[in-house]
Amino acid sequence: MNETKDTTSTDGVGIIQMRHVSKWYGDFQVLANCTTSVDKGEVVVICGPSGSGKSTLIKVINGLEPFQEGTITFNGISVGDRTTNLPKLRSQIGMVFQNFELFPHISIMQNIKLAQMKVLGREDNQARNRSMELLERVGLTDQRDKFPAQLSGGQQQRVAIARGLAMDPMAMLFDEPTSALDPEMINEVLDVMTELAKEGMTMMVVSHEMGFAKRVADRVIFMDQGRIVEDATKDDFFGTPRGDRAQLFLSKILHH
Amino acid sequence: MESGGFDFHIVFHSIPFLAKGMGLTLLLTVLGIAGGLVFGTVLALARLAPFKVLSFAAGTYVNFFRSMPLILVIFWFYFLVPLVLGQEIGAFQSVLIAFIMFEAAYYCEIMRAGIQSVRVGQAYAGEALGLTYPQNMRYVVLPQAFRNMIPILVSQAIVLFQDTALVYVVGLSDFLYSADIIANSENRLMEMYITVAIVYFALCSWGQFQVRNLQKKFAHE
Repeated sequence: MNETKDTTSTDGVGIIQMRHVSKWYGDFQVLANCTTSVDKGEVVVICGPSGSGKSTLIKVINGLEPFQEGTITFNGISVGDRTTNLPKLRSQIGMVFQNFELFPHISIMQNIKLAQMKVLGREDNQARNRSMELLERVGLTDQRDKFPAQLSGGQQQRVAIARGLAMDPMAMLFDEPTSALDPEMINEVLDVMTELAKEGMTMMVVSHEMGFAKRVADRVIFMDQGRIVEDATKDDFFGTPRGDRAQLFLSKILHH
Repeated sequence: MESGGFDFHIVFHSIPFLAKGMGLTLLLTVLGIAGGLVFGTVLALARLAPFKVLSFAAGTYVNFFRSMPLILVIFWFYFLVPLVLGQEIGAFQSVLIAFIMFEAAYYCEIMRAGIQSVRVGQAYAGEALGLTYPQNMRYVVLPQAFRNMIPILVSQAIVLFQDTALVYVVGLSDFLYSADIIANSENRLMEMYITVAIVYFALCSWGQFQVRNLQKKFAHE
């Protein structure tokens, strides 16, 4: 189904490569033989019904969740390998969570500075400058001394994106970044993500925002019951008739 | 010496002696809390560690000490440890070690609950940024856990403050024992015991007041 584009092949070009990845929680299989790859600069949107394994699919990429079968490599480094320095690998992959997960006990500035200093070893003023650049970019410089709870959801998520970008990652993973937001705040977050995509950031985005997918995605992956059911270019995904499950899902989320 | 009627003059005369006793009480409380907290945190990290041997050992320690009366632990360290070591370790040192080992078991359980009260997403966020497990604990999880625990930690500190009165069994002159010495030698039991009760009540009430303040403060943030 995905011969149309060679980016879905697994022959070594992708910065993220998954081959035949399976994962179980006890007897329950959350990921079933998932194979895909993401090229540098590519934006891939992953959608599917809840419980289909889409969040798990991106959490195994930076090793936040273990997997039992298959291989995943990021920039040529095997994620599942016991000898891999996971903290170092993760520092090269930004991640944005559904519930923002800013650290509530420290200021916005400290949230963005923390890992720059502790992981990358940047000096305080270096980290501060980089943080200011990113806060400016997401339009929140005046919020820098506040605590996360004092910001709106949309603002918190923009800070979370800045925090991820501060590590100068090679790719960004987004786990339903707008699902916990009030409707009027969704666009401010999607705008930041759109800009990021246009600048050439490699992105994997779990989202039901099909408008966003149509605007910026290169490829769309549709998952159901732990399987990658569709993995196609954006035009193919939205243009041609799909499998029953994907069609039903699309009709449901596009009509409200 | 008259014994009828109240005569609180004796209280004022004995303030320096009582203050010295209170000094010991506070010293034992502060050192007991500090040591118990450090050791309790280590135990909690061990209990939550992914290594079975470590978590089992820490769990056994906690269950054991939580099953023992504090006074028995004090007796051990005072009477039995010198037998094992072959030398005296002194009354103060022995009760201090007893308090730390005993309190650590309770602090461990408070810490464990505190660490588990931090949302798992927070640990994920720290890990995703590339923090190592110790860094994640140090900068992300523990500060939040401590904050959630402060009220109960202070409550536990107040309990220890009261429990330090048990040191009279090894002959240490804490606040209560100092007052007791005067009460008996001057035959002013009522005056001294009332004074002691008022002081304990005032200090513990102040402590509880601080706990409520902290709870309010954190509720606002």
